Amino acid sequence: MKVQVYGTGCGNCKALEKTAKKAIDDLGVDVEVEKIEDMEKILEAGLLSVPGFAVEGEMKSMGRVPSVEEIKKWIKARM
Amino acid sequence: MVPDILQEGVNYLTYVLMGLDPSSALGSAVNFFIYDTIKILILLTVIIFAIAFFRSYISPIKVRKALAKRNEYIGNVAAALVGIITPFCSCSAVPLFIGFVESGVPLGVTFSFLIASPMVNEIAIILLWGMLGWQITALYIISGLIIAIIAGIIIGKLKLEGEVESYVYEMIDKIKAAEKAGVTLEEEKQTPKERFLSSRDYTFDLLKKISPYVVIAIGIGAIIHGYAPADFLITYAGPGNPLAVPIAVLIGVPLYSNAAGIIPLVAVFIEKGIPIGTALAFMMAVTALSLPEMIILKKVLKPKLLAIFIGILAVSITAIGYLFNAVIYL
Repeated sequence: MKVQVYGTGCGNCKALEKTAKKAIDDLGVDVEVEKIEDMEKILEAGLLSVPGFAVEGEMKSMGRVPSVEEIKKWIKARM
Repeated sequence: MVPDILQEGVNYLTYVLMGLDPSSALGSAVNFFIYDTIKILILLTVIIFAIAFFRSYISPIKVRKALAKRNEYIGNVAAALVGIITPFCSCSAVPLFIGFVESGVPLGVTFSFLIASPMVNEIAIILLWGMLGWQITALYIISGLIIAIIAGIIIGKLKLEGEVESYVYEMIDKIKAAEKAGVTLEEEKQTPKERFLSSRDYTFDLLKKISPYVVIAIGIGAIIHGYAPADFLITYAGPGNPLAVPIAVLIGVPLYSNAAGIIPLVAVFIEKGIPIGTALAFMMAVTALSLPEMIILKKVLKPKLLAIFIGILAVSITAIGYLFNAVIYL
């Protein structure tokens, strides 16, 4: 399974990547974090504000850093 | 009120327990530092959390939808007001700009938002309120909103849609194609508990990031407060220097994104003789005329529009500075 972190390298984008990795570690599952930094792809995903988080391409949040618990919930829902 | 009890506690700590003389420079500086640090950190924690929680109900998508339907004037006012509660980090300036233009938000309305959002942000408001009281905070908010509204209206009237980089329209075509292909953006709804938890995490992350600047700035402020003579800045930046306002604006531009480290100092500058208008203009330049944001906006704005944007902001901030210096001379 893959999750996507959309961001242009700002502070919150890095924080989101870290949170996502922590959630995956906590769950002990085999999930890959895919980073999408290309503005074109970010826009095509419909994002107005970064960072964005998606599970298997399905957008879950944008413009904020979700908590570890939220990310765990989203990953578990797709497992 | 809490700060009053706090002031008594800090007085007791510094003057009784530590035995410092209230009339000495050291006593006054230490008291100022402890009191202001505690007060500002409490204010920051409570208000950042409250705003983060409230804001979790307002997504940029809702903002865009609300603004797309507005015409001029009302749209500019709405955009400036919404800008207060919807901050964006400068890395979101490009997607926001393109997303707004794509959904038909008028250019002038988009600019009202882009100006108000960084200028009237909660950190600046909390620090101003905590260090200078509500009157100056209200002046700052109202004049910030007026600048955002008027600058947006002017840009709207100038009909500068052609001065948007073609990159924007290329991207819009791509977004439209993606939408046609069925890509829709559906944000996950948060439960109240999740809103609480993510607001809490956000608050602590932000505090961790900005508190060193705040504490250092209050520390420097405390030294100036305690040791510098009451009116030492009047000589350089007082009413006798007609160029003080534009110079303050110029100094403010490279100090971007550091409202947390600047405002505690400005508070002490005012105490030491800098007129309110000059101080307000300086703070607005720090928050609204940010160098990295301009560089980022270069991607979506042709040089002419970028120059008009910067020019209108610089002129109106300077004008506000002169206006307040003329009206309120303390």
